[in-house]
Amino acid sequence: MSISQLERRPEIATATVAYGRGLDKIWETKPGLRGWFSTVDHKEIGIRYLITAFIFLFLGGLEALIMRLQLAGPNQHLLTPEQYDQLFSTHGMTMIFLYALPVLSGFSNYLWPLVLGSRDMAFPRLNMLSYWIYLAAGLFMYGGLVIGAGPNDGWFNYVPYANRTYNPGLNMDFYALGMIFLGISTTVGSANFIVTLLRTRAPGMSLNRLPILVWGTTTASAANILVVPSVSLAFFLLWMDRQFGTHFFDVSQGGQPLLWQHLFWMFGHPWVYAIVLPAMGIVSDGLPTFCRRPLVGYTPVALSTVATMIIGFGVWVHHMFTTGIPNLALSFFSGASFIITIPSAVAVFAWTATIWLGTPVITTAFLFFASMIPLFVIGGVSGFMTAAVPVDWQLHATYFVVAHIHYVLIGINVFPVVGGIYYWFPKMAGKMLNERLGRWNFWVMFVGFNLAFLPMHITGLHGMPRRIYTYPPGMGWHALNLVTTIGAYLFAAGVLLLVVNVISSLRRGAIAGANPWDASTLEWATSSPPPPYNFAVIPTVASRHPLWEDRLQKPEVRSSVLEGMVLDHGRETIGVTPLDGEPDVILKMPEDSFAPFILTLGMIAGFVGLLVHLWWLAGAGVAVVLLAMAAWLWPRRKLGQIAAPPVTDTAHV
Amino acid sequence: MSDLALDRELPVGSAGRASVGWWGVICLIATESSLFAYLLFAYFYFAVQLDDAWSPHPPPVFLYTLPGVIALVLSSISAWWAEHSVRRGLRLQQLAGLAVAAVLGIVFAVLQVVDWLAEPFTLQSSEFGSTFYTITGLHLAHVVVGILMLLLLLLWSALGYFNASRHAAVLIGLAYWHFVVVVAVVVFLCLYVVPHLW
Repeated sequence: MSISQLERRPEIATATVAYGRGLDKIWETKPGLRGWFSTVDHKEIGIRYLITAFIFLFLGGLEALIMRLQLAGPNQHLLTPEQYDQLFSTHGMTMIFLYALPVLSGFSNYLWPLVLGSRDMAFPRLNMLSYWIYLAAGLFMYGGLVIGAGPNDGWFNYVPYANRTYNPGLNMDFYALGMIFLGISTTVGSANFIVTLLRTRAPGMSLNRLPILVWGTTTASAANILVVPSVSLAFFLLWMDRQFGTHFFDVSQGGQPLLWQHLFWMFGHPWVYAIVLPAMGIVSDGLPTFCRRPLVGYTPVALSTVATMIIGFGVWVHHMFTTGIPNLALSFFSGASFIITIPSAVAVFAWTATIWLGTPVITTAFLFFASMIPLFVIGGVSGFMTAAVPVDWQLHATYFVVAHIHYVLIGINVFPVVGGIYYWFPKMAGKMLNERLGRWNFWVMFVGFNLAFLPMHITGLHGMPRRIYTYPPGMGWHALNLVTTIGAYLFAAGVLLLVVNVISSLRRGAIAGANPWDASTLEWATSSPPPPYNFAVIPTVASRHPLWEDRLQKPEVRSSVLEGMVLDHGRETIGVTPLDGEPDVILKMPEDSFAPFILTLGMIAGFVGLLVHLWWLAGAGVAVVLLAMAAWLWPRRKLGQIAAPPVTDTAHV
Repeated sequence: MSDLALDRELPVGSAGRASVGWWGVICLIATESSLFAYLLFAYFYFAVQLDDAWSPHPPPVFLYTLPGVIALVLSSISAWWAEHSVRRGLRLQQLAGLAVAAVLGIVFAVLQVVDWLAEPFTLQSSEFGSTFYTITGLHLAHVVVGILMLLLLLLWSALGYFNASRHAAVLIGLAYWHFVVVVAVVVFLCLYVVPHLW
């Protein structure tokens, strides 16, 4: 590369077929296994995230269904207590860590560069790394269950139960090391989202023009960067206690069991927002499309997303109201937990107003998005109730809390996610999902879910504690539990209809076209499925709804999708200034690479070595990781990381 | 579209702080800072909960760590000098700055290990020992990674990869190194000085 190529005036042109062909050659992934292991295409990564997360959702669902059989009547002995412990712990671990965030990362990975008008994420190889680690950590965490040593102290894993004295097997070591492993994936993925938001958007996409999904995922990612170390540390300290005789949680030597709870919930509560805010973003972006109008209150919704997260850092102790902490702390965290309902309710009013003021087109996606509003309200109100300390004392560790968490996680995560599948499947696959089957899909899930979890509030009010493997007759819990079990199976049947719909529509679905919903944002400006390079020229953005400008804006405000920067000297995209989206730098994007996969293999060796005390294996893993990183980070002329020595330079010119 | 200046010369590739890597290392520093914040939270949580029973007798010695931390601060200054030099295309000073920084980093690492051998408590002796060795151990791991990175930067500089126009890797790597040094100072104050004042 000559010096003159360290600076360039980007060519501005109109997209042509010839440009597309040239870009195809530059951006396409190589066919076969080689491409499969080395691709860095965000769309491929996004889809792998979605599929993997859904597989974990099905596994977690199966575990729940087995537990529901056990709980359908009193004195059932389908499962032993130990099996039941492992099932409910694995169910929680799977749904909260291996499904809820990764599925949203799947959407964001797939959609971000498309909605932002870019060609890839800021760090394409890091993106692939975050997926490989997620997959590896997920398999690692399930490794315990497979050999009969799954986690068995609940997903939040309180000490001293989890100490070695009371839990001598490998169960907790699988879980502890697996969570540290998974935390690496979450962290690098979050860093990627943050930098992508700040730097790789289309020119003109200033912060006030971002889709709400981007606000949600950015906020969640910023939180993850700050709180994931807390849980990784907690699990690391636990593992040290278990394997090296340290005394972090061991009371006899000055250890503090409550430290576990603090570290866990300082992470755990912000995590709840991390797994709902992007899903709320899906609704905020998807719902208005079907209401045929922009979201009401864009600015309050965007700001309240951030505000919810900020207050969310200060409510973790409401999980610990029954631990005997001082009154002052109880009052403070109770107050904060009340206040957080204000920003989190803003979106509810905005969605309702959007439906009210719009002209809704009832589709399956609309039903999933709109139904999320009442489910969110129910889950929100039951959370708000337990923010009151005396109510929490009464309801703590009962099925009321189980009902609450499921209204939050299924209501605000699964329903928007399935709605998101109906909404974006045409973009991803180029085919429409079947609407008729979709209606069945929605109503079976909606009825099944409420049948399962609405009565569960009453089960909790009747005093049934969570995490008991069976219960005696005559407690008044039988009928309610039977209804819940029936509802759970109905809900599962609904989820199965989604699978049926996806598989049959992949074969026989109607051709979608670029913009089947007549939606307003940039992902609908390119073909379905999009080409490897997303956009033949980099779009220029002039408003929040680039594809609705003919009906919303004065004629002089026009975004440009067909004319823009060409950027075809190898893999390139534009880097912009963080706030205003002014072009700042032409970014050279990396080629496909095996480094992320090899690095992950090294990490697997490292964690397996730590688990079974094969220190040479752990050491070899670390060595592989360091070598892969050195190769990965080695400066490359092609990426504009090296300045050519002046002598050879003149020779070239 | 009119208010955007699309048609002007732009740098290509990883140009200093315009590179995405620079923003990536800021994220790395943010998450690693949180890690140490949580470690210190745990450390002071024990202090507050146990009060009189908390600090060991005798408290940690800083005969070895104090010179170690001073070496790290000097190393940070040397790294800054290397960065200053690469911006001006002064190759020799850049190499010298990185080499001195790496050597001073190694001095710290050695002194930290010597300090461990000299401390009267162990990883298993009490919760103080557990916390003490975990925090200093995790920090030392960061220092070792930083030293390896300094050596890589030194190698890349010797291969002539960087000049005044392209040196993002140096900026990024050294930002991490400065962070490691700041943590060393904070850890030193909390773990070696505070127990004497408790």
